[in-house]
Amino acid sequence: MSEKRLSLSPARFLSARRRHRSAGLVVLLFGLLAVGSAYAAFAPDNAVADNSAQSQQIEEGKKLFSVGCASCHGLSAEGGGNGEGKMAGPSLIGVGAAAVDFQVGTGRMPAMQPGAQIPRKTPAYTQAEIEALAAYVASLAPGPAVPAQDSYDISKATDEQVTRGGELFRTNCTACHNFAGRGGALPNGKYAPSLMNVDPKHIYEAMLTGPQQMPVFSDQVMQPQDKRDIIAYLHALQQQKDPGGFGLGRLGPVSEGLWGWLVGIGLLVGVAVWIGAKGVKAKGAKAE
Amino acid sequence: MSHDMEKATASEKEHPPGPVQVVADPIQDPGLEPHEYRITDIDPKAADRVERQVSAMFTLAGLLALGSCVAYFAIPRHSVLEFGPLAGNANNMVIGLCIGLALFLIGAAAIQWAKKLMVDEEIVEYRHAAHSSPEQIADITDAFKQGVAESGFTRRKLIRRGLLTGLGLLGLPAIVLLRDLGPLPGRSLYNTIWAKGVRVVNDVTDRPIKPSDMIVGQLVNAAPANLAPMQEESAVEYQNAKAKAAVIVVRIKPSEIRTKPGRENWGVDGILCYSKICTHVGCPISLYEQTTHHVLCPCHQSTFDLADGAKVVFGPAARPLPQLPLAVDSEGYLVAQSGFTEPVGPSFWERG
Repeated sequence: MSEKRLSLSPARFLSARRRHRSAGLVVLLFGLLAVGSAYAAFAPDNAVADNSAQSQQIEEGKKLFSVGCASCHGLSAEGGGNGEGKMAGPSLIGVGAAAVDFQVGTGRMPAMQPGAQIPRKTPAYTQAEIEALAAYVASLAPGPAVPAQDSYDISKATDEQVTRGGELFRTNCTACHNFAGRGGALPNGKYAPSLMNVDPKHIYEAMLTGPQQMPVFSDQVMQPQDKRDIIAYLHALQQQKDPGGFGLGRLGPVSEGLWGWLVGIGLLVGVAVWIGAKGVKAKGAKAE
Repeated sequence: MSHDMEKATASEKEHPPGPVQVVADPIQDPGLEPHEYRITDIDPKAADRVERQVSAMFTLAGLLALGSCVAYFAIPRHSVLEFGPLAGNANNMVIGLCIGLALFLIGAAAIQWAKKLMVDEEIVEYRHAAHSSPEQIADITDAFKQGVAESGFTRRKLIRRGLLTGLGLLGLPAIVLLRDLGPLPGRSLYNTIWAKGVRVVNDVTDRPIKPSDMIVGQLVNAAPANLAPMQEESAVEYQNAKAKAAVIVVRIKPSEIRTKPGRENWGVDGILCYSKICTHVGCPISLYEQTTHHVLCPCHQSTFDLADGAKVVFGPAARPLPQLPLAVDSEGYLVAQSGFTEPVGPSFWERG
């Protein structure tokens, strides 16, 4: 700083003269304090709140898990044995939140009893509890997350997308789930369930995670758009009326054959009996 | 009954086993039962009532036929008829019901007419003997012999040979035309369009697959990348090629795989690729259970264990599904190391 410039401005001259030797340091400290407390007032508070809400949810999920799930899946979800060296429930480490949301959200878990296949039933947990369980299982190891709502939103599906979904469905799904998505039998008492009246989110999660014996259709191979098209096709199938008035469960030859043999041939037999039956006779009477 | 049987054993005692004795007319012909009259035979009022029923049914059938024509025009093409859980196209349903009921009523009226009003007196009509009389047989034999003699068929050998040659050679075209069942398949049953370096792509979407895209338990219904371009050239060739080249790709935990000797480098980190065509009669299979690694054919329940070289574990299939050796190309996508090393699909004669 030049003395000449200072002399030109009385105000600057005055302030320069009054400045204490440690004034700069004080200002620096004051500034740091202000910024620090401002930061403490906003950002750290939010982070703490977020973390605590998430860890609270995980904590809650862990509690629910140890009550409802640990007897089969092990206290740390490592998979359990039934005491005879046989697996009672598989390890849930790395299955992800999507698997939990599907299994618990469709009521399959908690299972009533081990068997060939765990059936769908009314969910035992509320949505909040399911989310807590999912958060806990997801915290164990990375796995597929619950899909975002717009990835299975089919309200804007075009006819073209529905048609494409049908092509994908017939190539990848009909082998087990029947041409109309009504499900079908598998070996040893297992079955592929009906896909009618299933929440689109759960259909998406089933493809994503491959529950029970179903194979996985990962998002990299069966991309979210493909999955959405399939869901749109299933929705269109469900909305479709049966041209004959009665779809007989859309099971194909089995129910159609049963109907044909029992009802159709039954009616024919009834008519044949009527044709062959003797009418009422007037005993002992004579024609006039 | 028991009384009769006692009688029978008694008569056996009298006549020890020997030539069967033929008893003339063992069961007396009971003749016709006395005819019984129907109510409509004796009560003219009842007969009139039935007449009215029958004519009403015929008339109603006619009205229903007209009704179906009216329904065809009157009911909008796409209107829907709902009846509780049942629902269907109203136009179709009403036309069908009208015509169906009309046909049924015509039949029912005819039966009612025959049963209640037409004469139902029983009569006996004896059959005549099935063979011709000896005189007729002699006449025909004579005529045939005379014909042979007059035609000169036995005497003029040249004509006879000519006729037989002509008739005999007429059988030949029938055999030669069988050639149109061909041509013989040649080597086409041994080969598919899979070859070294052909990418494995998703069926339908035609996207290539990276090993990292597949997680354990995954199933991909896949096709060779050189299949889709064929669709533009010839639909027939495309379908033929697809019918043989369809594959399923699965990812199994490497620790659960039992690799056959010589196939150690056919998979990529537990990703295995097998023909999708059942070796029994060639149905496409993709009913895959990731827990057991079994794939089941829906046609005849042949079951293959993909973790054990697609060994047949159940059903009528005689050989495992052929495996396609996989590799990864320079861009990181799954490709075939080569074509299939054995014919895909059902067995055939030359293959044994």
